[in-house]
Amino acid sequence: MKVEAKILLSLGTFFGVMCAVYWNWSLENAGGVMMFAGMLLCFLPGSYYYWWSRRMKVRPEDDPNSTQSEGAGVVGSFPSTSIFPFMLGMGAFFVVLALVFGIWFLVPGLFLAVWAFLGATAEGRRGGHV
Amino acid sequence: MADLLNPAAELADDGHGHGHHEEHHGPTGILKWMTTTDHKIIGLSYTVTSVAMLVIGGLFAEIIRAQLATPDGHLVSLAQYNELFTMHGSVMIYLFAGPFAFGGLANIIVPIQIGAPDMAFPRLNALSYWLYLTGAITMLLGFFTSGGAANFGWVAYAPLSNSLNTPGAGADLWIGGLLLTGFSAIFTGVNLTATIFYLRAPGMTMFRMPIFTWNMLVTAILILLAFPVLTAGLIMLYCDRHFGTHIFSTAGGGVPVLWQHIFWFWGHPEVYILALPFFGMATEIIAVFSKKPVFGYKSMVFATLSIGALSLGVWAHHMFTTGVVLLPFFSIMSLLIAVPTGIKIFNWIGTMWRGELWFSTAMLMSLGFLFTFLIGGLTGVYLASPPLDFFTHDTYFVVAHFHSIVMALVLAGMGGLYFWGPKITGYMLNERLGKAQFWLLFIGTQVFTFPQYILGLDGMPRRVPLYIHNPEWKMLNEWSTIGAVMVGISTIIFVVNVGYSWKRYPAGDNPWDAQTLEWFTTSPPPHHNFYRLPQIRSERPTWDYNHPEHKSLAHGAGAGAEHQPTPLAAAVTVLEHGQDEGPNEGANE
Repeated sequence: MKVEAKILLSLGTFFGVMCAVYWNWSLENAGGVMMFAGMLLCFLPGSYYYWWSRRMKVRPEDDPNSTQSEGAGVVGSFPSTSIFPFMLGMGAFFVVLALVFGIWFLVPGLFLAVWAFLGATAEGRRGGHV
Repeated sequence: MADLLNPAAELADDGHGHGHHEEHHGPTGILKWMTTTDHKIIGLSYTVTSVAMLVIGGLFAEIIRAQLATPDGHLVSLAQYNELFTMHGSVMIYLFAGPFAFGGLANIIVPIQIGAPDMAFPRLNALSYWLYLTGAITMLLGFFTSGGAANFGWVAYAPLSNSLNTPGAGADLWIGGLLLTGFSAIFTGVNLTATIFYLRAPGMTMFRMPIFTWNMLVTAILILLAFPVLTAGLIMLYCDRHFGTHIFSTAGGGVPVLWQHIFWFWGHPEVYILALPFFGMATEIIAVFSKKPVFGYKSMVFATLSIGALSLGVWAHHMFTTGVVLLPFFSIMSLLIAVPTGIKIFNWIGTMWRGELWFSTAMLMSLGFLFTFLIGGLTGVYLASPPLDFFTHDTYFVVAHFHSIVMALVLAGMGGLYFWGPKITGYMLNERLGKAQFWLLFIGTQVFTFPQYILGLDGMPRRVPLYIHNPEWKMLNEWSTIGAVMVGISTIIFVVNVGYSWKRYPAGDNPWDAQTLEWFTTSPPPHHNFYRLPQIRSERPTWDYNHPEHKSLAHGAGAGAEHQPTPLAAAVTVLEHGQDEGPNEGANE
């Protein structure tokens, strides 16, 4: 976890330095704001990882001497199949078409999207597949 | 044929990874395609869709080149020409190059390279694909509207892209399609980062990850930094077009150049989002076909990270001629990127140096990539210098520069398909057709870009359907068209090769005697990828397993690793909804 944290924190630091140099030199706001936001985007997860990395045991994937059996156990819970990504994708498609062809496209779009949101949430809670 | 291609057949067939004791049962046919959350099937869908986009974008390119073969071509109208070059750029950049790499090959290969059972968020991964597919359809729907497709260039510069200058549904469909594909890219970025941070196999420390995975990590971080900016910009553009805001128009106190800032703040990291995955592919291929570990592994990683870091500070080198950007800052930052890129090229040559070279199609493609990328990269260094950029901005020199780059990426991507295709499908592609494709693609690329460099230095502007009657320009444009036709034929050869080799040459688990973890499992890999994993003690675990007499030196601590017992069967359990019994609490999605 430490390496992950260091990568993000050092990228963020670099963006911060670059932002300070650029903003003070050019006095142009758009780029300065975007680089500042880029710095924050690296610091937010980076500092979280760093905070955690000091409080957790070394994970098997961070231990250069770990054996495969140390990774035994539940990795995670992966759905085997699910129709809801497709439904949500189609919903988003119709919502975008509503931006172009007319507001009525929102009816099927939002219908599919809301159904997919509810369905995917219920699926995740239930732990069953379609 | 398979045996000729497969000197490592005995090694590959030494028993590991066989025994299909855990077949996956699920829906079949179109329902399988629609409901799958398996990263390999999603990645394959991505690959097939993006290659289809390559063919569509290539068709546009051939029409453009046919129009330009003569100074006053009449093949398409001037308005159609604008649509064609806009959609050629849009399809190639937004719908082919990025999704091919980070949605297609990376989606399939990265989890297997780090020993993960799937992507971290399988359903989000499926959603990425559906957003990408619908985004592509949305963008191309423009051709079926009365006003035609978007025609403001793939960069959609501000005063031109407003509702007065570009009315019609085509432009809105372009914006909508980009919103969808933008979200799909962001979700893929989240997914890749989480997968690489959280789902590595035991012993797969960060500094043992294959370079391709490293490059995909940096790509994913860049996606997360860059794409939200584009999405925000597109929403602003849509508001300007339809809701009467004046963000990008001077009439209401807005700033047109702001669009360029936003667009290129996404657009230049995007160049590296496109390039880094292909650098990774070339690195893996060159190492395998030189039978050596990657030369300068750590410097390769730091070069990738520093390309990623610098890429956020170079966007305005596309805007030198606007006159309102800080020239020295962007010039220095852009020139600095040449340093890590140079390190990479040095390392690729170092990897081949005194290696046991095997000139398979994948290797030839990677060498072609190296050569073409070097030309594109060096001309990029010229363009980073403002005085030279003022002279060549918006000429064919710039067109030739970035076509050298992207054609290098196409070469590396084709190499990636020849290299990883056997892993994905279980069958090899024909090498003879592959080499024919390589030579046509490689020579065609040079034939179509070199005349464009000269035309650009002569001052021929880009995006023009007609040009003056000048015998030299006509001759150079003819050569460029001939090169484009060669590239087109090479793509046809690829499609023919896929059809011809379909289920013809069984591959075996490790046809190239390769080094990284994806070659340890079966071809194609089983559901959730691995029956068992080897001990991971270096960045090439499969090589260490197959060649215990030539083990890699272990990275970092754990130098005594050689004396550990042989790998235990991995007892990694993957819970599957509705398939296995077990606690469902703590689902990580």
